Amino acid sequence: MTANADRLEFRDPVRGAALEAALATHARALGRSPVSIMHVCGSHEQAIARFGLRAAFPPELDVMMGPGCPVCVTDVPEVDEAVALALQGVRIATYGDMLRVPGTSKSLADARATGARVDVVYGVIQAVELARACSEPLVFFASGFETTAVATAAVLRADPPPNFSVLSAHKYIPPVMEIVAEMPGSKIEGFLAAGHAAAITGWGVFERFVERHRIPVVVAGFEPLDILAALVRLVELIAAGTPTVENMFPRCVSREGNREAQRALWEVFAPQGGRWRGIAHVPNGNLRLRDEYAAWDARRRFDIDLDGLAGDAPPGLAAQCQCGDIMAGIASPHDCELFGRECTPDAPVGACMVSSEGACKIWHRYGGHPDLRQIQRRA
Amino acid sequence: MCLGVPGRVVTVNGSTAEVDFWGVIKHIRLEICDEPVVPGDYVLNHVGFAIRRIPPEDIGATLAMYDELLGRSRLDDLMAEDIRCELGAAGDDT
Repeated sequence: MTANADRLEFRDPVRGAALEAALATHARALGRSPVSIMHVCGSHEQAIARFGLRAAFPPELDVMMGPGCPVCVTDVPEVDEAVALALQGVRIATYGDMLRVPGTSKSLADARATGARVDVVYGVIQAVELARACSEPLVFFASGFETTAVATAAVLRADPPPNFSVLSAHKYIPPVMEIVAEMPGSKIEGFLAAGHAAAITGWGVFERFVERHRIPVVVAGFEPLDILAALVRLVELIAAGTPTVENMFPRCVSREGNREAQRALWEVFAPQGGRWRGIAHVPNGNLRLRDEYAAWDARRRFDIDLDGLAGDAPPGLAAQCQCGDIMAGIASPHDCELFGRECTPDAPVGACMVSSEGACKIWHRYGGHPDLRQIQRRA
Repeated sequence: MCLGVPGRVVTVNGSTAEVDFWGVIKHIRLEICDEPVVPGDYVLNHVGFAIRRIPPEDIGATLAMYDELLGRSRLDDLMAEDIRCELGAAGDDT
């Protein structure tokens, strides 16, 4: 599988230039600046930064990343539950990014350094394989939005071994869009929705949001031209003042979505209110195991003792971390005093610098200045 | 990890498939795929599961971006790293 000329449609320069021009024309026609658009997906931010798309955005447009990093929004008490279990001697398996996310006083990496058994896995399938290969209890500390939660659900439906259980930190994106849109001072005029999450839920899931908030939502793919085309449509909808849901990724997303995946998701998980780190309490934002799957729910199988973690004060620098404001679209990584100085991927202060889907790590990795307009202005 | 990774189905065995990712064969589960798949189809995989069948007309454009990400990226490229993690999340057992 190697690239050849007829496959390079995703960066077709002619189409790209046409979309860039259309975006500039429509944005200018709005007659105000900045017009804020939020996306809610780490992969979208990666693509925007990696392919230098901000250089193609008109100056009137402010495209920001919202709470689209599941590791970043995993709340302190959720990390504490995993750390407490690990310190109690229960074997934990989780994603590498989850290891360094800070809890009240410790991360899972800290727990591992003191002798707790914490295995890094790429996903739920390996966690189950680990459980099958041992007789002791094994807890998969599961993070991820609905696209990933579907995989956890499918595994739990397929008769996992009795020593396997799940500590779910899975989260559901549609409710947090409501919270961010309702935040005091929110200037968001449109949302880009993540194509692969919408492939599961269907674009119809955003109709209620649009009705309630009068903010358009456009579903976008991940290729550079997909993102540009979706932004053009979004700015058109903002200009027209007729907010709707539009699907600019029809080759992947339908109104109904993937029904089989939805069946698995909602059979295993129930939406529950809970805090998202740095954001707020999000009604229906957490995915928790239903009673029928209690036998695989680590929260019900183990007596999780959080007392030992409560007393310690958080490290001083964490108080200055702006991860929450960044995920709410109120600040950008460049507004944070710690960014690139005290807080780097090697020594992260906040979760947004830990995860490969966090805005801070993405901006840091792709030069720290993905907005090439800044460079052009200086030149 | 939202990007997923495309691969070509080699064989189908009930609810699993052998899928070829740039010459690496992995075992992928099919129970939440949106459509039935047969050998030769391309599927988009996420954490070891096929989440959709890629329509034949979109295969070329889809692969092009992945080819670029894997072929020309620095070793620490986050998107390439995500793709490698997606491959790691798929089953190796035979």
